[in-house]
Order: sequence, then C-alpha cells, then structure tokens
Amino acid sequence: MSIFDMTIHELHAALQGKQISSLEATSAMLERIEAVEPHIGSFITVTAEQALATAKTADQLIASGECDLLTGIPLAIKDIFLTEGVRTTCGSRILHNFIPPYSATSWEKLRDQGAVLLGKLNQDEFAMGSSNESSAYGITRNPWDRTCIPGGSSGGSAAAVAAREAVATLGTDTGGSIRQPASHCGCVGLKPTYGRVSRYGVIAYASSLDQVGPLTRDVADCAAMLRALAGHDPKDSTSVDTPVPDYSASLSQGVKGLRIGLPKEYFIDGLDPDVQKAMDDAIDTYRRLGAEFVDISLPHTDYAVATYYLIATAEASSNLARYDGVRFGHRAEADGLLEMYTKSRSEGFGSEVKRRIMLGTYALSSGYYDAYYVKAQKVRTLIMNDFISAFANVDVMLTPVAPTPAFKIGEKIDDPLQMYLSDIFTIPVNLAGTCAMSIPAGFSVAGLPIGLQLIGKPFDEETILRAGFAFEQATEWHTRKATI
Amino acid sequence: MKYQPVIGLEVHVQLLTDSKIFCGCSTKFGSEPNTQTCPVCLGLPGALPVLNKKVVEFAIKAGLSTNCSITQRSIFARKNYFYPDLPKGYQISQFENPICQRGWLDIAVDGGELKRIGITRIHMEEDAGKLVHGELSGSSDGSGVDLNRACTPLLEVVSEPDLRSSDEAVIYLKRLHQIVTWLGICDGNMEEGSFRCDANVSVMPVGSDTLGTRAEIKNINSFKFVKQAIEYEIQRQIDQIEDGGKVVQETRLFDPNSGTTRSMRSKEEAHDYRYFPDPDLVPLVISDEWVERSRQALPELPEQRRQRFMDELGLPLYDAEVLTANRALADYFEAGIAAYSNAKAVANWIMGEITRALNDSGTAIEACPITPGELAALLKLIDNGTISGKMAKIVFDEMWCSGKTPQAIVEDKGLVQLSDSNAIENIIDEIMAANAGQVNEYRGGKEKVFGFFVGQVMKASRGRANPSVVNELLLDKLRG
Repeated sequence: MSIFDMTIHELHAALQGKQISSLEATSAMLERIEAVEPHIGSFITVTAEQALATAKTADQLIASGECDLLTGIPLAIKDIFLTEGVRTTCGSRILHNFIPPYSATSWEKLRDQGAVLLGKLNQDEFAMGSSNESSAYGITRNPWDRTCIPGGSSGGSAAAVAAREAVATLGTDTGGSIRQPASHCGCVGLKPTYGRVSRYGVIAYASSLDQVGPLTRDVADCAAMLRALAGHDPKDSTSVDTPVPDYSASLSQGVKGLRIGLPKEYFIDGLDPDVQKAMDDAIDTYRRLGAEFVDISLPHTDYAVATYYLIATAEASSNLARYDGVRFGHRAEADGLLEMYTKSRSEGFGSEVKRRIMLGTYALSSGYYDAYYVKAQKVRTLIMNDFISAFANVDVMLTPVAPTPAFKIGEKIDDPLQMYLSDIFTIPVNLAGTCAMSIPAGFSVAGLPIGLQLIGKPFDEETILRAGFAFEQATEWHTRKATI
Repeated sequence: MKYQPVIGLEVHVQLLTDSKIFCGCSTKFGSEPNTQTCPVCLGLPGALPVLNKKVVEFAIKAGLSTNCSITQRSIFARKNYFYPDLPKGYQISQFENPICQRGWLDIAVDGGELKRIGITRIHMEEDAGKLVHGELSGSSDGSGVDLNRACTPLLEVVSEPDLRSSDEAVIYLKRLHQIVTWLGICDGNMEEGSFRCDANVSVMPVGSDTLGTRAEIKNINSFKFVKQAIEYEIQRQIDQIEDGGKVVQETRLFDPNSGTTRSMRSKEEAHDYRYFPDPDLVPLVISDEWVERSRQALPELPEQRRQRFMDELGLPLYDAEVLTANRALADYFEAGIAAYSNAKAVANWIMGEITRALNDSGTAIEACPITPGELAALLKLIDNGTISGKMAKIVFDEMWCSGKTPQAIVEDKGLVQLSDSNAIENIIDEIMAANAGQVNEYRGGKEKVFGFFVGQVMKASRGRANPSVVNELLLDKLRG
C-alpha cells in the first residue's frame, strides 16, 4: 500500500511499528501534492517547510514513546481556520495578506497531538458556496471527474482526501459544506452537533450555524478525529460543556434493532435516479444488518432553504463588517474614509459574498426585520421541533446528502437559486443544530460518488458513527480510489 | 406662549471591572495605545466574545439600587455600523430584553418635594476604541486608532422623559452619580468619560399633552455642561417655534467652548443599526437566587442611610444629606460615632474642620490624614474638659500636619486646660489687685468691664484656663 492511501489508523500503526517515519510520510505527501495539485487545486497554501520540521519533531516523540494517534500524521485544513504565522485567506481576496497572530482552538487540538500541517485548503469564499467556484484562489476540480465541481464550501478539504493529498482534513459546515463535498468526492464527512466543537479562531460565516468537522477516508478515522476535536472551549460561549465519549469504542456494536427514520420529504420525485438507487441499496444493506425502518415526516422541510438564506446571510452581513481595510486585510488606495471602505470592500469581496451581504443587510433592515429575520427565526424553531418530534420514534435518519451527484464546473455558477437548492437535504440539519454524516454509498452511472446522510440526535454522534461503521463494514464503496 | 421642556437622559456608566466585558484585557486608563488588546477586542477574524460575569453582577447592583426589575433571560444584540474605532463593525449591546427594566429614582426638587423619575432600562454594552489625530497617530496629517478602550464595559441608564427642567436633570444625574459611585461600580470621573450623558430635549406648550419633536444632545461631560446644554437647547427650540419654524428630529453635539449645540446628523441621516441577537453569546439567564444574593449583598444606600442618620441619631436633614453625599464620608462619620457617641458633635466637626481642611488641601475623604478614631479622641478631650473648643482647633491643625494623636499634641505643647479652682483663684486675685480701678468701675455698675477681666485671666494662664470656671469665679469675686 502506498503511503498516501493509508488511513490515520494504518499510518499510525506503521509509524509506531517503525516501518515508516513521519518525515518519510510527510515528504511522500508533499510530493503527491506537487504532482496532483496542477490537476485538482485543493490547496491555497502548502506549508512544506513547516510540515517537514513538525514531522521531525513528531519522529522524536514517536521514538520516545510519547505518541498520540495523530502524532506525525500529515493533515491539511480548510483556509477558514486561523493558523498562527501562516496566511489565512478564507478563500477571499480581502484576506490575501492576512497572517493571523493566533490559531483556532480546533487546529490547536490536533497540533498539540503532534499532527503535521501540510497546508491550507481551498474553499468557497468565506464558505459561501456549494461548488468551490467562488474562491479567489482558483477553482478546485473533482478528483473523480475533473470537469466536475468537488462540492463546497469545503471542496478543497474533500478533494484533498479523495486525491490522496492528505490523510484527513478539517472543514466547516454551515449548510452542508462538509457533507455535500464529502458526498461528491466519495469520502466520509461529519458535521458535529452545534456546540460540540469550538468555533474559536474559525472565520465566521453564519455564527449560529457554523460547525467544524473532519473529512476522512473511513468512519473509524472520522470517529478518532471527532474525539480529538470535541469538547468545551472557554473561549467559545456557544460550545457546550458535556463529556466527550470515546467514539471509537462503540463503533463495532452493529445496528441490530436500530430504528432508522426515512423522512418522506427527502425522497422526492425529482431525485436523481442514481441517487435514488444508492439510497434503495443502502436501505437494503441496513435491513440485512438488522436495522428497522420507520417512515417519518419533517413537515417544514420545504421552508428550510429560504429560512437558511435569511438567517445565514443576516449573520454574515454583520460578521463580514470587520473586513473594512482599517486594521488588516486588503486596503484600497482612497482619498477619504468612506471611499476607503467602499473601494476596499468592492475590490476585496467576490460577487457571491456581496450578494449574501446585501441579502442579509436587507433582511435586518428597519421595516423588514420582522417580516424576514424574525419570521425566519420562527420557522427555524418549527424545523427544530420537526426533528425533536421525529427523533422521539427513531434513533437516526437516513437521507440523501445531495439531490444529484457532482455537477459540471460552471453549470450553476450563474444561477444562484439552483446552486442554493443543492443543499436542500443538508441545510435543515444546521438549522436544527444537530449532527449528521456523509458516507460513501455508491456511484452514479457516470462514475461519480454518491453519499448517504445519517442524521443523529443532538450530541449523539456516537450512534451515527456506529451506523456508518456498520455500513462501511458491509460495503466496499469507501475503498474505491479516484485515479488522477 | 409659555413652553414646558421635556427631558430624558441616557447615561453611560463605565464599570470599574479589572478586565473588559468580553475578553481578559485590562481596562486601565492612560496606557500606551493598543497595549491592552487581544484578538477579541481587536475584532480579529475568528475571535469570539465571552461575557465577564463581574459586569453582570455590577449591572444587577445598579438595577436593584434604582428599583428596576432584573430580566430573567436577557439577550445581547449587535448594533451594526461602520466606524474606524469600532473594530468588528458592530457594537455588542442589548436591545430587546435588557438586563434591568422599569425602575425609578426619587429626586428632591423645589422645596424638598420628592419627584419620581422613571428609569426605562439599564443595559450592558462594550465601549468603542478612540481615534487619535495628528502627531500622536504617528504621522502629522494621519489618524490612528487606539483600541485600549474597545470592549470596556458600560452600562447605559435610560430615563423616562420625566424631567421638566435643566435643574431637575442635574439633580437626577447627581443622584445617579451618587448611587453608582456609592456602589463602587464606577469611579464617576466625568472628565475621563467614566460617567457621561446624552440628553433628549423637547418643548411643548404649557398644558399640552402632546410631546414636541426631540433633539438628542451628545457629548456632555460635566454637571455644569448638562445644565448649559439643556438650557441652550430649550431656548433654541422655543426660538425656532416662535419664529414660525419647526423643531426637527436630529442628533446635536454640545460644544463646551461656546455653550451651544450644533446639528450632527438629521433623522434622514440617522443610522439603521440593524439590531439582531448576537449569535456568539447565549442568552444570559439570571436566577431568582442570584438576584436575591445580590440584594442581600447590597450596601445600605445613600437614601436609607440618610434616613437612619435622622431617625436613629437625631441629625437634622441638612447634616444627614451632607454626610451621605458619598459613601466614604458616611463611613467616616459612622466610624467616628462608633468611638464617640455624640453624633451632632462628630457631624459638626466633619462638616466644619474636616471638610475645610480637605477642601483647602484638595484631599479626598478616603485619604484624610486624621482617622475617625483620632477625631473622636479629640472630641473626648473637649468633652472631659482637658482642652477647650478653641484649643481643640489648634490641636486639630497640628494633628492634620503632623499626624500625631491629640493626646500627644496636648502633652507636648502643655495645652492641658487649667480647671483647678485654687490656681485660677490665685490668678484672679492677682489681676484684681493690679487693676483696682476697673474693679471699682465694675462694682459701680459698669458690667462691660467683665470682659476685660476674662481676657486678662486667659492671657495670664496662656489660654489654658477653663473658660467656664473662669467665668464662675470671676463673677463671685467681682461681686465681692
């Protein structure tokens, strides 16, 4: 097996068994990145020098026996995570020169275990997008079909795993930004419950929806990464102080008797036939494994996309006000203050970001606030209640991640509404604040990966990981590799 | 036509916490620019606010002391606007569901009558930084931003439009100032901006019940300026109406140099702040137990203390009022009467000699060189006849300068009062023998000469003779 095909657990075993050093693994990864990047475009910044230095330190740790699971494992993270001393752009021109003085808590937790940072991954600008086409640093291509998008906004994070450019990656998910690209690129992607992982040091898009999560080759890696990331952070008031279970311990307990809900609103007529087939096959697999299926309803699903695009844009319009050219980031040459603001922001932000800032500003404006923002919050409560009621009868839900496999580059870029609809099955989970995971569940006739979504109760990542692991054991979708 | 002014005040109270409201940076005043900052108060990407619990405690104290109800579930909101001193592009404040609501303060207006002024709300918020222009900014024509003050905790206390004159406004403001400094939650320094005020002013014809259009006056940083700004604004609005014009809703800026107000922005130019709940902060839930604990821990407030001084110590209203002007003074007084129970005497000395000496030397009562115990000791020496009241003032001055105890000063200077009748009698006899003429005058009915003899006796005893003993013996002897 080549180094870059290994999972975290496999590489960890190889490092501990001294079959390979972290320096060798890291060098191999960096070579792979160099070879593959011209075709894929997963990275905005590669931190080769720093990676090699960290790898050497990791090797010393491994030699001394002071070794965590992630020690010496080469990872890459979305460019939305602040990394002290390493440029952090969030996919935007407005941060083209921003070198943060501190690091995100989530990245610090991995770094403290001795993980090696290969670089910062491409993404939609400010995590606004579903195709990675809104990045100011070039598009990212789907490793399975380079004429297709990898999904977004964590497109670089998913493509890097699929293209074997990193053992695992970090992404963020505001309306599906981990799960949808994981689905399109054939990897595992988990959006934890809101509050499970600290948001400190993660550039905010929509604060009440943003959540950090891992993208990995398999469910076992995903469980281990979540274990490393999760937990209360005193620097994030919205992070929740509940114990972090050992997610790996319960993985192999199986799904016998597990009640899986099938929300009827997610199995619509217009669903892509390949996606439909993958879902049907997955349901059969789970039945064989002893799970029970329950038909359920999430009646307010239809309103989710509209609700999301009011709440997320409202929060974004405020979150992005700090990019004003005064203290950091891009500053345009100008004569007065107002002109400096206007030009800096006009030049610094891309069109999708501008669109969302305007939408959000409008939704919060005096005279429109009640009709849009307040109403959206009320609908959000109804959507949350949908999930609470449904979860009274089921342990997890099974749904498609996206209505179609990855679409073509450029196909939806001029049609925002169509683009927004690619997130209809992932957005409600963010609004409800609960957890969900995408796992590989098949391929389209054209050979593109199709993911299946497992939605869990709040703070019950354990059950979806267990259900995902059982599925993975019974299928071989996750073992297929994109050829580049 | 006669006009009735209507005034409401919005007061910003900077809280005396060691650290800022949403991060751990120091709130110290006057440090080098941008030395008390971190990712949170700099508004860096990814940084998140964490509420300082002390701020909540202070807000609850302020609310309970102004008869507010404490909101069980209060919400932080973002107030969005662009300005270079506002690093996040929004200020974290409270909008709907502020921490304190529906309170009041009673103020004594004309003739000591009490008037109740409603307090609409008190909310918590962060301060902005400040702009530095010219040389200080590093370039002669440039401007810089100092974010040391950014994220400093403030309370905004909003009154109902219940005030009817500039005098009432000043009394209310002083009352509020007294309470927040008394509670120790604000240093009350108006020059440094720790206690500052915006005034909403309108006028309406006397007898009308329709409020006029109001102007908001900003940037008033002394009691004097509050009076000046409001009076100017009232007259400006009346003139406007009398000239057939209309008062427009606007924000005006007070200029302390000219004593006038000028337009800053009109209603049309007013910001749409697009308030919405801050998703980075969870709702602040305050339990009944927390409120009750705070209530129990409240100090006795100035009003209650003043009443107690009158009821229990028999002080007149004026004395009680003066002695409760601030907490340190009231504490000083109480420590004094704990050591010497004649409350009126202690009060007189504090309001007289102590206050004079403090004022002359520009000393605060907290730094008074004479402790309440030493003052009490001095008063005891008068009481037991060791020294006279007149001598006490000399001793007092010496205590102030040297820091010595009154007993030590009396001993050192030999100031002990002469009360021994025999000794005084001897002096009197000598003086009467030496001034036979005056003795005869007195005995012939010219009683005025009595003063001459008192003076002579005091002089001969170098001021030490006990005046009442002198009087008694002299009368005896002169009458023969």
